Amino acid sequence: MQSSSTAHLKIISEPSHTLLQCSGMWTLPYLSTVTYQLETLHPKSLLIWDVSNISELDSAGIALWHLYHRAFEKEGITSELIGINENHSKLYSLLYSGKNEIFSPPTRPSWLYSLGEGAHKNLTGITQFIAFLGEAFVLLFYTLLHPSKIRYRSIVAHIFTTGASALPIIAISAFLIGVVIAYQSIVQLQKFGADIFIVDTIGISLTRELAPLITAIVVAGRSGSAFTAQIGAMKMTQEIDAMKTMGFDPFTFLVWPRVIALMIVMPLLIFFADIIGIFGGMVIAQAQSNLSFTEFIHRLQGALALKHYMIGIIKGPFFAFLIAMVSTYRGMQVSSNTESIGYYTTKSVVNAIFLVIACDALFSILLTELNL
Amino acid sequence: MKHVIIEARDIVTSFGDTIIHDHVNCTVYENEIYALLGGSGSGKSTLLREMILLQSFQSGTLNVLGYNLTTITPLQAQDLRRQWGVLFQSGALYSSLSVGENIAMLYREYTDLSPKLIDELVALKIDLVGLPQHARYLFPSELSGGMIKRAALARALALDPKLLFLDEPTSGLDPLSSRQFDALIQQLRDLLGLTIVMVTHDLDTIHNSIDRFALLGDKKVIAEGRLSEVLQIDHPLVDYFFQKGSYGIKG
Repeated sequence: MQSSSTAHLKIISEPSHTLLQCSGMWTLPYLSTVTYQLETLHPKSLLIWDVSNISELDSAGIALWHLYHRAFEKEGITSELIGINENHSKLYSLLYSGKNEIFSPPTRPSWLYSLGEGAHKNLTGITQFIAFLGEAFVLLFYTLLHPSKIRYRSIVAHIFTTGASALPIIAISAFLIGVVIAYQSIVQLQKFGADIFIVDTIGISLTRELAPLITAIVVAGRSGSAFTAQIGAMKMTQEIDAMKTMGFDPFTFLVWPRVIALMIVMPLLIFFADIIGIFGGMVIAQAQSNLSFTEFIHRLQGALALKHYMIGIIKGPFFAFLIAMVSTYRGMQVSSNTESIGYYTTKSVVNAIFLVIACDALFSILLTELNL
Repeated sequence: MKHVIIEARDIVTSFGDTIIHDHVNCTVYENEIYALLGGSGSGKSTLLREMILLQSFQSGTLNVLGYNLTTITPLQAQDLRRQWGVLFQSGALYSSLSVGENIAMLYREYTDLSPKLIDELVALKIDLVGLPQHARYLFPSELSGGMIKRAALARALALDPKLLFLDEPTSGLDPLSSRQFDALIQQLRDLLGLTIVMVTHDLDTIHNSIDRFALLGDKKVIAEGRLSEVLQIDHPLVDYFFQKGSYGIKG
């Protein structure tokens, strides 16, 4: 007798049939060797399973028997079962009570179908976003006609969280960008002995392009994602539905306060980033080519025309509008399942950064054509 | 005497200054359906969480399937976890996996069965809990409340546990589904020889399918035993919980 702490299968080939002597514990942890034996078995046309020596049987053991019983039957081999005990047969009838229909998995659509579906989804996404903007503006005009409905308190709160609390991270990013630009340009300029032009490079590139862009990217990652997550969480807990039933419009209560707050804050943040970025450049100019702070500032007054600075600041509200609108729109799209909040937050940040860069490119083309 | 599956002795639990359990005792025997009852905040869910190693307690001893939970080593705990199944109140199906994958995951991680056999077993478990076969390709977000409970039960039963914990199995189900669920639990107990511990509020479940229970209140176990035994006890909380004398269960 073999030890009973594992599953055993003894294959005996008789002239008229194949006898399978099953013994031991046909339970989940012990079935892999038996599975291998059955997989490689080529039985005669009559198969007899002797299960009288099975000491313990669970659903996995029964499933294994059923699986191969069915497979052999398909090959035209008849099976017989001998020595089954009452408990095991009860368990079998509980597990296979005749309702076991076979259901094939849903077929995957072809790649062409998926491509088309994706494109269609993107197109409808754009129309939905435009519809969202339209609805938002209808409510904006309505609120402007009834100024008492403007949520000043909410706007101020958002100015604090998106503006004042963002200063440290913006300071660090802008400073580092100033350092990087100064370092890269100074090496090139020194070759021509034109060190002094570092002031022009830093002044114009930072105020006109880099400070607005870096600020917008930091804000999109920091506040945009927060907007989507906040509104998404409210959508999931049905808070937005509750607001609607009470007649509190989500656009006036949630969307516009965020958009307006961000539009007020963004130019201020860009101005802050300008100063810190130029300071970063000054530090490097002094370290690398002994250009003193006073000299730098004196030169800056001549080199940096007001228009460059103004263009950078004016971009602020545009970027802010795009970031806040996209992130609140994505927040509203969150559905009741837990995965969607992460999905839409990611989407919101990606979309916001893309739109900011596209808008910046548009500004460049437009302003060049206008000779500004 | 029947085999003891879970034994709690003098459990004390507190969160900060709030005492949840003040020397709680209870015993669960093999092959019975045991319930932890009590009002909201009576600490029954906390006790269940302590039994399944999700929460620790300040003092006392808790034995589950022969393991002492205060002195258990991480490896023993891993063994113990394979011997039970847990059905959470909200199902707690992994939302990124389909129902079939939720069940199959346990086989893939803990056994070396062939993919064909895993497939067969998943189909079998789905049948067992009364879900239609096409449900295995659906994601948790596409299921109704009752289907989520059934799918979660199928997952809890995947490794053929000897001990099953259910946290409010019938909450959120309509009365008919609740009774079907009770019947299913009883059938599983009879045929698979399971021991079942549940937290419930459902008076019908208590009346129909529970063998023994512990009633928690005032930070202690007020009563433990069969319904008929407990109803003899004269205690305001027993009267309140079973709505004695009004439209509740008649003794």
